Order: sequence, then C-alpha cells, then structure tokens
Amino acid sequence: MLFVFLQIGLYLGVLLLLVKPLGLYMARIYGGEHTFMTPVMEPIERLVYRASGIKQSDEMDWKIYAVAVLLFNMAGLLLLFIIQRIQGFLPLNPQALPAVAPDLAFNTAISFATNTNWQSYNGETTMSYLTQMMGMTVQNFLSAATGMAVLIALIRGFTRHTINTIGNFWVDMTRSVLYVLLPLSLVLSIVLVSQGVVQTFDGAQTVSLLQKTQDINGQTISEQAVAVGPAASQIAIKQLGTNGGGFFNVNSAHPLENPTPFSNFLEMLAILLIPAALCYTFGRMVGDTRQGWAILAAMTLIFVAVLIVSVWAEQRGNPVLASLYIDQSPGNLQPGGNMEGKELRLGIADSALWATATTAASNGSVNAMLDSFTPLGGLTAMWLMQLGEVVYGGVGSGLYGMLAFVIIAVFVAGLMIGRTPEYLGKKIEAFEMKMASIMVLVPVLVVLLGTAIAVIIPEGKQAVFYNPGPHGFSEILYAFSSAGNNNGSAFAGLATNTLFYNIMLGFVMLIGRYWVIIPALAIAGSLARKKIIPVSSGTLPTHTMLFITWLITVIIIVGALSFFPALSLGPLVEHLMAK
Amino acid sequence: MSDKSSILHQLRIALKCLVVLTLITGIIYPLIVTGIAQIVFKYQANGSLIAENGKRFGSELIGQPFSDPKYFWGRLSATTPYPYNASASSGSNYGPLNPELDEEVRARIKVLKTVDPDNMKPIPVDLVTHSASGLDPHISIAAATYQVHRVAFVRGLSEEIVNALVTRYTEGRQFGFLGEPRVNVLKLNLALDQLPGQTGSSKM
Repeated sequence: MLFVFLQIGLYLGVLLLLVKPLGLYMARIYGGEHTFMTPVMEPIERLVYRASGIKQSDEMDWKIYAVAVLLFNMAGLLLLFIIQRIQGFLPLNPQALPAVAPDLAFNTAISFATNTNWQSYNGETTMSYLTQMMGMTVQNFLSAATGMAVLIALIRGFTRHTINTIGNFWVDMTRSVLYVLLPLSLVLSIVLVSQGVVQTFDGAQTVSLLQKTQDINGQTISEQAVAVGPAASQIAIKQLGTNGGGFFNVNSAHPLENPTPFSNFLEMLAILLIPAALCYTFGRMVGDTRQGWAILAAMTLIFVAVLIVSVWAEQRGNPVLASLYIDQSPGNLQPGGNMEGKELRLGIADSALWATATTAASNGSVNAMLDSFTPLGGLTAMWLMQLGEVVYGGVGSGLYGMLAFVIIAVFVAGLMIGRTPEYLGKKIEAFEMKMASIMVLVPVLVVLLGTAIAVIIPEGKQAVFYNPGPHGFSEILYAFSSAGNNNGSAFAGLATNTLFYNIMLGFVMLIGRYWVIIPALAIAGSLARKKIIPVSSGTLPTHTMLFITWLITVIIIVGALSFFPALSLGPLVEHLMAK
Repeated sequence: MSDKSSILHQLRIALKCLVVLTLITGIIYPLIVTGIAQIVFKYQANGSLIAENGKRFGSELIGQPFSDPKYFWGRLSATTPYPYNASASSGSNYGPLNPELDEEVRARIKVLKTVDPDNMKPIPVDLVTHSASGLDPHISIAAATYQVHRVAFVRGLSEEIVNALVTRYTEGRQFGFLGEPRVNVLKLNLALDQLPGQTGSSKM
C-alpha cells in the first residue's frame, strides 16, 4: 500500500508543481508577450498567418468568433471524413486497409473534431497510417487548440470592458498549436519512444511464436504479426490535448502504446497538465492568481475524493471471485485486487489513477478496461464525466465549463445574501445565468435522453449482448455520458459500431460540444461589453475556502440530482448484487 | 457587416489555415518524431524485437500464448481469433458479475490444478484473469513462483535453477517506486529453452 500512496502523491505533487510555470508561460503566449519559444516559433506563426490570410490585429465580436470556430471545426471534420473514405487509394497504408464504412467515418470524424475521440473503430485493423497522421493527429491538435482558444476568449470577457470584441480566433488557435501543444508533444513523443512506444512507417512485424497455438477454427498458428506504426507522435498529443483516441484498439493498455510504468506516469501527467495549468493562466490573465488557485483547489478536492473511492474499490478485488481458491491480496509479489482487464506492469494503483484522471479530464484514453472495473470503480469514472467534465476537464473546455458553474454559484449565492451577483468585477445578470445554465444542462439532457432512447428501441438494446443485467444498462449510460461530455472512454463491451450508435452518438457529441462553446462565447461577448465595478465591502470574495466549498457543493448537487436515478439502475444496483 | 467579418471571409481563412496546419501537425511533426526516433532509439521505435542470427523470437513488450506445462504461462488473452493476436489487441470486457467471467476463471483454475495437482497454494489473481490488451508480456512474481514447481518437474530441473531464472527475468518497480514488480514470460521461457539439455521445440 505504501507504493500506492507514493505514486499517487508523486503524481499530484509533480502536476501541481508544473501548474505555475506552464500556466505563466501560456498567459504570456496569449498576451502576445516574448518568451523563450518566440525565436523558434514566431517565423512559423507568421508563415501560417500569411498563408491563411490572417491579420493578427483583426478583432472579432463573439458572433464572428463563434462562426470562425464552427467553420474551422466543420472543415476539419469534413477533411477527416474524406481521408477515411479514400484511405484505400492513399499512400502509407502497408496493411492495405480499405475505406472506412460511411457511418463509422461519420462518427469518427465528429469524434475527433469535437475533442471526444470516442473509438467505435479498432485502430490497428481500420485506420491507415496516413489516416492516423493526417486525419486524426491533426484533429487532436486542432480540437484541443479550439478549446483553448474559446477559453481565452471567455477570459477576455472578464478582463476587457465596454468593448464588443473578444480577440481573434485564428491567432488564439494558432498560438495554442505552435507554442503550447507542438513543443510539448515533440518532447513527450521522443521520451515515449525511449520507453518502447513504436514510431515507424513499416507494416506489421512478423515474429515466430515460441509455442505454436491454434485459432478458433483449429488452424495452427506459428507466427505473430506485431502491429506497429507511427504511434508515439499521435499518443503524445492524444494525452496532452485531452483527446484520448488511441493508436491501437486497447489504447494505452497496449504495451507498444504504453510500455513501462514511466511511460504510464508521463502519459497520465500529460492528461491533466494543460487543464490544470490553464487555471493559473486564468488567474494571471484576470490579474488575481488567487482566483485561479481557488478553482484549481475545487477541482483537486473533488478529484482526490473520487480517486480514493476508485483505488479502494479496485484494490478490494472482485467479490464474486473471492469464493474461489485464488489470492487477490496486494503485496510486493503481486498487485492483487481486481486484475481482470488490467495490465500487470500497471497494477491497481496506476490503473485506478489513470481511470480517474482520464474521466476527470475529458481525455478518454484508457490503460485498463473500464468495463471490467468493479461496480463502484466504474461508477466513479462515469460520474466524473456526468459532472460535465469540469474537474480539470478538457484543455480549455474544462475551465470554461467550470466558469459556467462559477457563474451559477455566484448567482445563487448573490440571491441568498440579497446582493447583486458579481464575479471579477463583472455583474452577473440574467443573460449570463441563462447561458451558463445552457452550458450545464444541455449535456445532461442529451446524455439522459440518448440513454432513454437507446434502452427503448431494439437497435439500442441489441448492442448489449455481452454483459447481462444492470451492467448492460451501465454500458449504455456510460456511452452517452462519454459522448455528451466529449470524453471518449467507453465500457467497451457495448457493440457500438452499428448504424444506430454511430449516428446517434455522433449527434450527441456535436450537441455536447457546440452547445457549450456557443453560450460560452456569448457570455464572453456580454461580459466584455460591461463596465468593471470596483471591489466594495458588498463583493462576495471568490478565492476563499468558503467559496471553494460552495462551488464544489453546486457542482455536486447538479451532478448528483441529474444522474442519481440513472446511476441507481446501473452501477449502484450492481454493487448491491455483488455482495 | 464589413468584408473582414463576413462569413465567406472566415471560411476562406478556415480552409487555408486547415491546409497549413495539416502540413505542420500531420506531416512535418510526425516525420520529425520518426526521424529522431529511428536515429536515437531504433530498437524501441521498431517494436523492441528480440532477434538472433536473423531470426525474430518475438517482441520483449508483447506476450505470447503458452499452454505447455514446461513453459511459464502468462495472463489470459481475449484477442481473436487466437490468443495473443498482436494485430488485434482486445480485452475481455467482462463486467465483474458476468457469469462467463466466473466460468472462465474456474476453467483456468481447473487447468492449472490438472497440470500441477500437488500445488496447494492459492492461485495469484493475475494468472486467472484477462489482461487489458490481450498482449500483456508480464506476470507477477507470485504468479511465476506459483509455477516454478511445475516447470522444474516437467523439465527435470531443480527448483533452484528455475527460481534463479525467474529472479533474473524479474523487473523491479521502475526507479524503485513506479508500477509493479513483474516477470517477463517470453524472455523467461526463451532462457529456459537455452539451458543445457533443454530443447526449443515444443508440442502443441
């Protein structure tokens, strides 16, 4: 158990130590200040602007900003769809994979453009190297940069006053790619290769088996074809950009995607790094770093509480197997616990920590099979998504989602103490409250409605052929929670590569992404127009422990009330059955 | 609306910007990573393949299926159409209460008991459960120790020799504290076959 605490402590320690330097760096990048990367990246940045016809000084109001976001994302989505459909005619396809089926290509294009990275496909048997690189890796960068840009626009809503404009999307997005995501990805991918992550354009490597085996038809198999590919470059950005779509089918459980405990540590760190650091960026940009730390504290407190439950549930093991003559107790000779669907090198602690980080952030990559988690372990993962992906959350999207909760918390507190609600010197009025409510409630709505439709119609129910009982319901609820909140992880036993799920989840991902982005930008536009009111004795301080507790309460009340009935039909009843 | 802010103007930028950034992040970036990887970490970048005299014995990161009592066995693999199919990674995705999980664990226990009837120790859980990838190259030290008696007996070796090999192919926690201590099953079995008097060929 010592090593469990040591690894978790080290993880949180390193994460929190990196928040300030990276957060400060990003604040300077978005402020257009000179940094150590400027000499390297500025020429490339200028090249991008010149080639695309972008004028740095062009300022946008919130509507044009939103139009730019939507057009850019739509174009990326279309390009990824087309690449998948014609990959059979394109180079870098050593396994000679045919075109991806239209409904699957539709689902995957949306999935990557919305930063969800839900995987209905099997990476190594469906997508060519070119599709992975020019399609998916690109969207990994661009969807992440989109989220960061929207956040920066929202922050400008607080910092600017009596003005219509909130920045230039093209500049914010390009800087996110060139100064933040690209350098970090370059470094991370090389370190990952040093640990054994593959990076090659060769096709599958054939090796001989030491002991021959048989396939299900009784054919003798004497060789193993080891799938490889340009994986490291994609895995680095998939972790850093809270994307989560793996190069291989089993994502970061695959030994060539996540070979060692150190690669695992770095990949986990990359999940929360940017979302956590953006809190500091926020505090810095609004001129009061305490505001950023307060939000980070609220996120971290929820994270740690949920993490403890997850580790405890998984280390306890599977009660059903307890009656058999097997040893599930942890120690220095074995990880013990619920090892079904987990990798030995990662054991329980690293698997539960990853599951918590990947669902707290809207990353969605996995290093263990969440479908095989204990009922309570699976519940924690599902619930973190259902909170709206605001505990760190996606890059950019996590913090703008969290700021919606802050607005609601400030508004409700204002009503309770009978004062005009204000946050960071801006009056929070009916319009902001309406938009924040849309941001919080639309994902809840599509998750619950989607689940309801899927459990009623036959096409929805047919996908549950694997795990009977309440676990089957959990699988469907998990799928919609993941899609509606743009997470992308799955209870993978659900057979979702069907027309119904590909289309349905595709639309759920679109609504869950853009019906949060558009109101967030609307808030930015509305706030930017307002005057800044000086702090007075009547101002509710928003950096205190009291406010942090209040914010957590609001998040949990919304999350708990919205999903408690659904959760009791799935993981909760399953937990009780396991006794 | 001025021309600068028109939708058409933004669309033109969107398309051009997408092309430029696709070049940078989708072609130049993976090529740079591949270039560095192939020069600096050639072995790792190509799959960590164990090769000798031009023959490839496997990847040290990818497990292989073992069912012969003279070999150490790895984790259960749920890949199709055969176990440890390294072209189609997959977990079992059994929910914790799935009756099939219970059946498969019981079946595995039965097989382990049949090939090693005198072993009365409880079976380490990783030896009766599916890995997440279906390609897990490792088992726990406990799972290896559990099998020492059987492997030594079938091969006519002393348990000390087999234990010494297990120790040799045990990897500790990385840097002393990361991950889990583990035994590489393929490397251990390759080493067993290379002991004097042991043969590399195997029956099914």
